[in-house]
Amino acid sequence: MARMKFICDAERCIECNGCVTACKNEHEVPWGVNRRRVVTLNDGVPGEKSISVACMHCSDAPCMAVCPVNCFYKTDEGVVLHDKDVCIGCGYCAYACPFGAPQFPSQGAFGVRGKMDKCTFCAGGPEENGSQAEFEKYGRNRLAEGKLPACAEMCSTKALLAGDGDVVADILRNRVVQRGKGAEVWGWGTAYGSKKAGQAPETGAKS
Amino acid sequence: MMRTFVVVAALATLAACGEKPQTLAVPKSETAAYTGPTSAFTAHGWKAGDKAAWEQHLKARQQNGQNDYSKMN
Repeated sequence: MARMKFICDAERCIECNGCVTACKNEHEVPWGVNRRRVVTLNDGVPGEKSISVACMHCSDAPCMAVCPVNCFYKTDEGVVLHDKDVCIGCGYCAYACPFGAPQFPSQGAFGVRGKMDKCTFCAGGPEENGSQAEFEKYGRNRLAEGKLPACAEMCSTKALLAGDGDVVADILRNRVVQRGKGAEVWGWGTAYGSKKAGQAPETGAKS
Repeated sequence: MMRTFVVVAALATLAACGEKPQTLAVPKSETAAYTGPTSAFTAHGWKAGDKAAWEQHLKARQQNGQNDYSKMN
């Protein structure tokens, strides 16, 4: 199996926020934490585009590189996960992430920043698969149940694709061939590398 | 004698310059997803522990659930 990947087809996303709702419900994510969100570009202007954004589980994840306590790790399927028992909530990962994925819950009367929380590709964490401890810290482990991320499976227009990277690419390629447009996808190059990875994008170009 | 003393003193001095590793060595004991466990919520069509079956099941689920062209055509 190739590594797990996300991509959002901006030609199809209708900004319904079904993915956001599915994620929050599936993992019982607390108020103030949004593992996934929908971003609309040129909102209100004819031709506006919306994309669903969360942790992309990058090939060369910047969050892993900057974490001072090395709490991140990557599974065999390429899913970037973190250990909340190790995280100190410093927030470096939030600055490093190009997708704004790391979230920090506010805890206590003075809003003390808690441990980082982010999309797990519905793969849980280091605790035992499917355990209560894993659910309370990271949410459901759908991969261990033979399922794909809830956000993508819930997407009404199938704009959000998730799963094996080769299959994701095949599905998108077929769509582009059929409709004759929309080959550029936001975030693919940034997350999974391209010829221009690490270089500043051209003005107005999608990365 | 003096030479030995100088060498020992130099080694002791340089040893103080060495930096101990400060990385937090925490073993990550992530259990592979294909190992299950099987529960009431587990999707049917694959057996926990069989990696090939798990991968094939996910690919089929992805094609059936996300590739609407394959369903229409």
